[in-house]
Amino acid sequence: MTLMKHLLGAAATLALSSGVVMADPAIIFDLGGKFDKSFNEAAFNGAQRWATETGGTFKEMEMQSEAQREQALRSLAEAGANPVVMTGFAFGDVLNKVAPDFPDTKFAIVDMVVDQPNVKSVVFNEHEGSYLVGMMAALASKTGTVGFIGGMDIPLIRKFGCGYAQGVKAVNPDAKIVLNMTGTTPAAWNDPVKGAELTKAQKAQGADVIYAAAGGTGVGVLQTAADEGILSIGVDSNQNYLHPGKVLTSMLKRVDNAVYEAFKEGENLTPGINVMGLANDGVGYAMDENNAALVTPEMQAKVDEAAAKIKAGEIVVHDYTADNTCPAATF
Amino acid sequence: MDYATLLQILDSTIRLGTPLLIACLAGLFSERAGIFDIGLEGKMLMAAMASGAVAALSGSVWIGLLAGIGASMLFALLHGLASITFRGNQLISGVALNFLSSGITVLIAQRLFGQGGRTPPLEGAARFNPIDLPFAEALKDVPVIGPLYYEVISGHSILVYLALALVPLSWWVLSRTRFGLRLRAVGENPAAVDTAGVSVVRMRYAAVLITGVLCGIAGAYMATALQAGFGREMTAGRGYIALAALIFAKWRPWQALGATMLFGFFQALALRPDVVERTVGMKVPISALDALPYILTVLVLAGFVGKAIPPRAGGEPYVKER
Repeated sequence: MTLMKHLLGAAATLALSSGVVMADPAIIFDLGGKFDKSFNEAAFNGAQRWATETGGTFKEMEMQSEAQREQALRSLAEAGANPVVMTGFAFGDVLNKVAPDFPDTKFAIVDMVVDQPNVKSVVFNEHEGSYLVGMMAALASKTGTVGFIGGMDIPLIRKFGCGYAQGVKAVNPDAKIVLNMTGTTPAAWNDPVKGAELTKAQKAQGADVIYAAAGGTGVGVLQTAADEGILSIGVDSNQNYLHPGKVLTSMLKRVDNAVYEAFKEGENLTPGINVMGLANDGVGYAMDENNAALVTPEMQAKVDEAAAKIKAGEIVVHDYTADNTCPAATF
Repeated sequence: MDYATLLQILDSTIRLGTPLLIACLAGLFSERAGIFDIGLEGKMLMAAMASGAVAALSGSVWIGLLAGIGASMLFALLHGLASITFRGNQLISGVALNFLSSGITVLIAQRLFGQGGRTPPLEGAARFNPIDLPFAEALKDVPVIGPLYYEVISGHSILVYLALALVPLSWWVLSRTRFGLRLRAVGENPAAVDTAGVSVVRMRYAAVLITGVLCGIAGAYMATALQAGFGREMTAGRGYIALAALIFAKWRPWQALGATMLFGFFQALALRPDVVERTVGMKVPISALDALPYILTVLVLAGFVGKAIPPRAGGEPYVKER
């Protein structure tokens, strides 16, 4: 029995010390899953890129339910992972609670600001990227009506919608914008059937370009838009390839860069707020061979011109989360 | 609300109401035989995954449908084994199967395709495509009825018409055939059925397997007709709404049609907040519309709208006297 105890103790010490020596970075994916072809997948790609470039390994964990968040964070921090990167605004409260308990571990959170001395908060200017695809939508629309389908109704998603609406109005002040949110619970990120119905409902209201910022629900939006012969706009990752010739463009949010940078900095992660916008290539729009036929050089020139102006500060896109209002749309 | 908008909402109602209807009828057979089935959701999810995966692999939606039904029946059999043969708690068995399917669907799809628990997008014959009913084009210009026929009744996938046909069929089976009468008797007073020399266990297994078949169709409808593939948790609680509809319908087939279409209508309405706002004259929170089915069900359960009496032997395993 005593021998057993000693053995176990030795094994535990070994496991602990090896954890400290290795200090693998870790990433936690939010609900929606690692391969959501969107937000989490971009994060995964960033981690993967770091792994191939450095030959290192990283720990990963996927959230299956709301209740797991704190446990997941603690177990990764206790296992010696450093830094611990997590994707998604929903980790905000939990991280605020957990971070002080692990002062020697560095954390990075994407999409949320957590004010702790050992946390790096990476936020994106999604409204700037959405503004550009909004312009693209208005330029491509023949009916003068465009749509927006959000996932869960939270300020972050309204920020997407608001930037989009401003971009649309910048091109066509008379354009009608149909805004819908899929739901008010996290299930709204994974309901492609409802996304499909919303797409049909928006098409019935005249929309011929629909921007989906809805995680897994967006897959249903893009599918139905392709079936119904209207255009769609993807989000977060480049989703143009899902339906070649039917997806106008994708609003890119370089979550992969954020994760890659965090992993690269490793234990020396600099805490604080890191804003990734158009100016530092944190957001943008996707062009590839799948949508080349849909975007004319004139359209692209106009959008690029606006992008340059945003970078130079000549155009200021209103951020919904700054004051919870939107000049171009009502939610 | 103009006529065209109404038609669009009704069209959407049918699409959203159909999975509820099939699942509700599925629950009806099981519960009428005295086996509560909270696992409709899990069986639909299994069927959605299996049909999406097999349709993608085989290229034929009909083989996919069969696979979906098979997967769902397997889960139904597990539920039967736990709650009939081993006389376990029916609710616990159902909940356990829901959890199991939530995890195992993603696991299998991930192993097969490596696309994050998603099945590849289906195209052409691997998918149930909308079919136009006869004369839909010709009657399109007839006032009022023409557009109704063209927009709402025609242009759905074959499974929708199958679901609608299942309603009278279920009614006929349950109230006009010997099998159906025995099945209902098993849910009310199994001892009497046993005395008459009919095997309670066999009747209940038959009911649970019918539930499996119907849940299989419901899941396949979602993955191969409404959508072009399976995505994790894509049933999004529709199995539970179907259960609520079953209570609302007081365990009767025709009422099940009404209840599920009403719930589908609420869901379709929730997609058009602009229409609701114009009709009611004020902004209605969408979550209020989403909650309506549950509120109605509670009202029915509380006895405000008629009386909902569940099958008397429901939830109780049958023990033969020795």
